[in-house]
Amino acid sequence: MKAFAELYAELDATTSSNAKLAAMQTYFAQAAPQDAAWAVYFLSGGRPRQLVPVRILRELAVEVSGLQPWLFEESYQSVGDLAETISLVLPENSHSSEAGLAEWIEDKLLPLRGETPEYLARHLPALWAQLDRPSLMLCIKLITGSFRVGVSKLLVTRALASMAGLDSKRVAQRLVGYTDLSNRPNATSYLKLIAPESADEHAQRGGQPYPFFLAHALSQPVEEFEALLGPASNWQVEWKWDGIRAQVVKREGRLWVWSRGEELVTERFPEFDTLVHALPDGTVIDGEIVVWKSTHPSTEDAFDPQSSAPPAVQPFALLQQRIGRKTLDKKILEEVPVVVLAYDLLEWQGEDWRNRPQAERRAQLEQVIAHGNNPVLLASPILTGSDWFDLAQQREASRRLGVEGMMLKARDALYGVGRTKDMGVWWKWKVDPFSVDAVLIYAQRGHGRRASLYSDYTFAVWDGPPESSQRALVPFAKAYSGLTDEEMRQVDSIVRKTTVEKFGPVSSVKPSLVFELGFEGIALSRRHKSGIAVRFPRMLRWRQDKTVDEADSLATLQDLLA
Amino acid sequence: MDLVIARPEGLYCPAGDFYIDPWRPVERSVITHAHGDHARNGNQHYLASSASEGILRARLGQDINLQTLAYGQRLTHHGVTLSFHPAGHVLGSAQVRLEYGGEVWVASGDYKIEPDGTCAPFEPVRCHTFITESTFGLPIYRWQPQAQVFNEINQWWQANIAAGKASVLFCYSFGKAQRILHGIDASLGPILSHGAVEPLNRVYREAGVYLPPTIYAGDVKKSDPIMRQALVIAPPSAGGSTWMRRFGDYSDAFASGWMRLRGTRRRRGVDRGFVLSDHADWPGLLWAIEQTGAERVMVTHGSIGVLVRHLREQGLDAQGFNTEYGDDEEENIGAEPVIAEVQA
Repeated sequence: MKAFAELYAELDATTSSNAKLAAMQTYFAQAAPQDAAWAVYFLSGGRPRQLVPVRILRELAVEVSGLQPWLFEESYQSVGDLAETISLVLPENSHSSEAGLAEWIEDKLLPLRGETPEYLARHLPALWAQLDRPSLMLCIKLITGSFRVGVSKLLVTRALASMAGLDSKRVAQRLVGYTDLSNRPNATSYLKLIAPESADEHAQRGGQPYPFFLAHALSQPVEEFEALLGPASNWQVEWKWDGIRAQVVKREGRLWVWSRGEELVTERFPEFDTLVHALPDGTVIDGEIVVWKSTHPSTEDAFDPQSSAPPAVQPFALLQQRIGRKTLDKKILEEVPVVVLAYDLLEWQGEDWRNRPQAERRAQLEQVIAHGNNPVLLASPILTGSDWFDLAQQREASRRLGVEGMMLKARDALYGVGRTKDMGVWWKWKVDPFSVDAVLIYAQRGHGRRASLYSDYTFAVWDGPPESSQRALVPFAKAYSGLTDEEMRQVDSIVRKTTVEKFGPVSSVKPSLVFELGFEGIALSRRHKSGIAVRFPRMLRWRQDKTVDEADSLATLQDLLA
Repeated sequence: MDLVIARPEGLYCPAGDFYIDPWRPVERSVITHAHGDHARNGNQHYLASSASEGILRARLGQDINLQTLAYGQRLTHHGVTLSFHPAGHVLGSAQVRLEYGGEVWVASGDYKIEPDGTCAPFEPVRCHTFITESTFGLPIYRWQPQAQVFNEINQWWQANIAAGKASVLFCYSFGKAQRILHGIDASLGPILSHGAVEPLNRVYREAGVYLPPTIYAGDVKKSDPIMRQALVIAPPSAGGSTWMRRFGDYSDAFASGWMRLRGTRRRRGVDRGFVLSDHADWPGLLWAIEQTGAERVMVTHGSIGVLVRHLREQGLDAQGFNTEYGDDEEENIGAEPVIAEVQA
């Protein structure tokens, strides 16, 4: 536990990738395999479900610290991180536990799940008392499932690969699914990650997917495409769907569906069960899960940008509603039906196809889909244009079709691992975000690096035109990214000076700041006062040139809906 | 009658007709310590502790109209008896004790509980009303013994020497810098100081405080091999400036009470954060308040609301005083005077 806490502190303290890599290598070289197994799990994003309700954690922390609840709350507001706050207010102890990370997780922490408040009150403080401050903070982060540290999965992969003398793509392959909730890391699974390459490795995968190949953003003007990418005819062009990236794995008579987060989501999508018959064993398809309601006479027609019928692909917001459900009843399955828009074939007849050119994979994919003949498996259509300008023009239809733009994939490219560029590149050529000018009306202090700074804002637009005297500001979006540190400091100081009222951590401010807010999607919503929900809102620009009266109104947002 | 009230110019004693650490120019000022937000230019008369004279004159000008009192020495003005008592914050820092008609008030300015060897240690003074700061007025602020922090700094410096890197330690140039110089293990390697720090080192040495030998950083060439082993003491404002280029590959650190929090540490963007403050931590504030025996407490700059509420819950009559004092643990002290380079 202590060694992992020290690793966490080291990773947290530096922004240098090399320093992080070195710290992880040192840790893995010394850690017992069962501890390293859990370390890999947490570092690469694995999170067990919350073990103890946060409310109980707070109550116990208040009790053990002897602080008044309000004083604990003030402390939390200032620190911006619950685990850190608790570690700062509890009595300081010297580290007395010899137990490693695995023993802590398996024997001490995981058994806490589902225990009664009385049991927790008896046992948690005794556990806390064995830990020094860095280990205590880490322990609480593990309990709340809020462990996060600035290392990418790629970096973890590199650390393991260099230590084991393996190709990092091989390690990435073995790591797929490692952080899934159903996986319980142990010494054996860790040793498998770093074991020497073996001939039968491929055959033993069960439902394992492949690491996803990820796209890079393309933001250059279209005039430069020819010079940058060569002729458009060398590229496979598709729409960029706004859904859930997924791999459908069919092996040994079974079907597995994996999300981009390498989470097994088969049970969330019962309509795909029928694919078990439509796909032969040894088939892995990469594609996008989208909500699909077609009023078109045929599938081809549904993808025709000129078609007058509404688009078949529904907004992501709808898919999100469905993901949020604990149980999927008949009603929701009928109202929010999904399909897979397939765009790649990673395995065919049990053979890894990732080293074949894009065009070959695509041709075979079309065969597989045609042969399967199942209405929930559709091919993401290929777009053709005479040149880049022609494609740019077609891309204008993105908004109307409910897509984010286009994907460009080199016809001769292999299927890479993560964001690699050495085997070929996928580009995402997204349309510009929607934008409106909105007024900052509430501010809240941030977390982590931005703790104690007012960095999370709520934005509003007017509910009437400038000439109406009765108009008011209606909140419609929250955003906390897009400003530089310096701008954030300035906004922070203005918030402090113009605070009207405080509701717990939230301050309402006298409206004076206007920001250009960008977002990816917009949909009607009954949950929001404004009647509108926007997707990925962020600040594009601080409009210091605009007064509050010049901000946009709800009507502007409603126009974007159409 | 209140012996001290808050006025737009600063904390004011009506009976004695003088101000304590005023932030606007006044006729008569009593100065607790020489940090720029407490000792400002433009007052007609200054009264301060003898121990602060060197620094006050160096910062505000040799010709200021300054009268000094030794710690504990009494002076009566308009019937108000005034004396200075050590506050343990920086060299010359003092609490101001005021007595009038049987009432005793103490204005403590900024203070620190742990003695550090660079200034007279904090002495609790019994009073009816205590005016306290609240810079670190939250229970999350609890300091380690300074020996432990100096140990950490020594280890960091040693590791950098082994890696062939300079160790650049940012800290406030008056007080914190000298406390660090006094506390670290000077046998590890050469110590360089920035132009803003070096003149203050001189004032401390003249006051009889032991500081290890320091080299003015401007006198060392970039190619000089001592750079790779040196500890460099510099103000935070030097970070990210062209001044830093001379050190080539270096490790940087920041010493401040704010480094207790991960968020502020990360925001600062340095390799290391050392938790070292010249202010009282939460237990220190509560201890100091208790030691005064005061029933009434006026809380200034910092977490006023929190400390006031907490003290009220303890049965004390507490209220807040709004002041314009800055935060010397960060850099946002208003007009910090620069001491002109003096030829050694």
